[in-house]
Amino acid sequence: MQFGIFSVSDITTDPTTGVTPTEAERIQNIVTIAKHAEEVGLDVFALGEHHNEPFFSSSPTTTLAYIAAQTSTLQLSTATTLITTNDPVKIAEDFAMLQHLAGGRVDLMMGRGNTGPVYPWFGKDIRAGIPLAIENYALLHQLWREHVVNWQGKFRTPLQSFTSTPRPLDGVPPFVWHGSIRSPEIAEQAAYYGDGFFANHIFWPKEHTQRMVGLYRERFAHYGHGDPDQAIVGLGGQVFMRKNSQDAVKEFRPYFDNAPVYGHGPSLEDFTRETPLTVGSPQQVIDRTLGFRDYVGDYQRQLFLMDHAGLPLKTVLEQLDILGSEVVPVLRKEFAALKPAHVPDAPTHASLLAAKQADEQKEEATA
Amino acid sequence: MKQRTLVVVSAGLSQPSSTRLLADQLSAAAVTAAAGSGIELTVRVVELRDLAHDIANHLLTGFPPADLKDALDAVAGADALIAVTPIFTASYSGLFKSFFDVLDKDALTDKPVVIAATAGTARHSLALEHALRPMFAYLHAVVVPTAVFAASDDWGADSADGTLAARITRAASELARELDHREPATVADPFALTVDFKDLL
Repeated sequence: MQFGIFSVSDITTDPTTGVTPTEAERIQNIVTIAKHAEEVGLDVFALGEHHNEPFFSSSPTTTLAYIAAQTSTLQLSTATTLITTNDPVKIAEDFAMLQHLAGGRVDLMMGRGNTGPVYPWFGKDIRAGIPLAIENYALLHQLWREHVVNWQGKFRTPLQSFTSTPRPLDGVPPFVWHGSIRSPEIAEQAAYYGDGFFANHIFWPKEHTQRMVGLYRERFAHYGHGDPDQAIVGLGGQVFMRKNSQDAVKEFRPYFDNAPVYGHGPSLEDFTRETPLTVGSPQQVIDRTLGFRDYVGDYQRQLFLMDHAGLPLKTVLEQLDILGSEVVPVLRKEFAALKPAHVPDAPTHASLLAAKQADEQKEEATA
Repeated sequence: MKQRTLVVVSAGLSQPSSTRLLADQLSAAAVTAAAGSGIELTVRVVELRDLAHDIANHLLTGFPPADLKDALDAVAGADALIAVTPIFTASYSGLFKSFFDVLDKDALTDKPVVIAATAGTARHSLALEHALRPMFAYLHAVVVPTAVFAASDDWGADSADGTLAARITRAASELARELDHREPATVADPFALTVDFKDLL
């Protein structure tokens, strides 16, 4: 099982000091955070994409390539790549390029984005979010698998004899996850292609995740990709830890109370009960996280949100230290012991390449 | 007897509340009128005062806490609705509106509804027609023709036989007629897939 962190790239004032990091600081900090994720033994770093303030991450492949150059094992991903407002041709090119530079340590997560005004800036309409996600991804999927593409659709200009370059590394397209909170069409899309499904699993009650993952698993089997429990599932999660749980609650409360998304609303206690947010000791985080399996089954990837709501860099790095030394080693062992042998791990470039070579040998043998 | 459900939403803030009093009289009249049409009504009252914090939290976080979810599900699943608000500043109260703001936009489609309101004087009575009725029309509810307004005067000693009682009875009869010719309410599953993926492609 893969463990990692994901960032929504918000630039938020630290409510305890009133200090707002500059864009320059926050961008350097995210590189430090990603590198530290590898140092503490995490597997994945995923970065969001936004085209409005107060977020800095408009160009994830640039950032991820820079991180790739300074890491050696870290899997680089997104959370999410906007399949609605980006041109699928540019996604195909950018991520194939990143895949080559990073030696295959790349996958990506498709998302629609939820901010109405962003769509028209890119010539799109949020009301067409689902049709955009469906058509654009179908094209992206084709561009990575067919050398010469002739294509016509509703949302972008047609393609005649187009080849997306560079071609995916070793002829193996990056693995794709589809992220959604509560749109059954997206779970269906992930199932149709046999891609991964990632449930955001932060800020929302677990019932959303349970229903969406259940639908995805059922439809994954329907489309003939394997048994329901062989579908590839990722979950988000949000934690804040200190040795003593009271200290964690005390330190995190001002960040919680003033956070974007849920701040000035429910109490920390309400929100930890109603959503997967866990604020407490490392052992509490371990117990809660192991419990996710009870409602989604054995899953392949767990990403934690660690760097939002104005938490200072020093605190985020400390959180990564705790995650890497006390939490993830236990989770790895416990989840591995529970997972049946027929449930696959999250695909990587190496595993996808091995599968491709095995298929090719099988074809040669029968030819 | 056919079995049907009625949810009564009351947005009164004081305790005891004249809004709740009107809601209870409408509810009792609806049970009686429905029984006359061979319908046994099960009544659930939702007091918005008890859900005020939950409603604010839902507006901020995008999802309902458990008690509010239970109330929203009850409204969506009800065969009929009685909605009663105090008139504040020439319209429904903010709490009343916020509850319907967080209700699924399709939850009231084709649902029979009695609208009712309370205020200090009869001068506010048309707020039912210019504020509540359009809001429920927007939500595709079937609002019965009689809207019931109760001012302080209406709670006088002889009100039980007065015009307020007559309006309550008439609205209740209209609601019972709407209930009588409808099938039980059904609730769509938001996570159910309604189209074939190949048709989306």
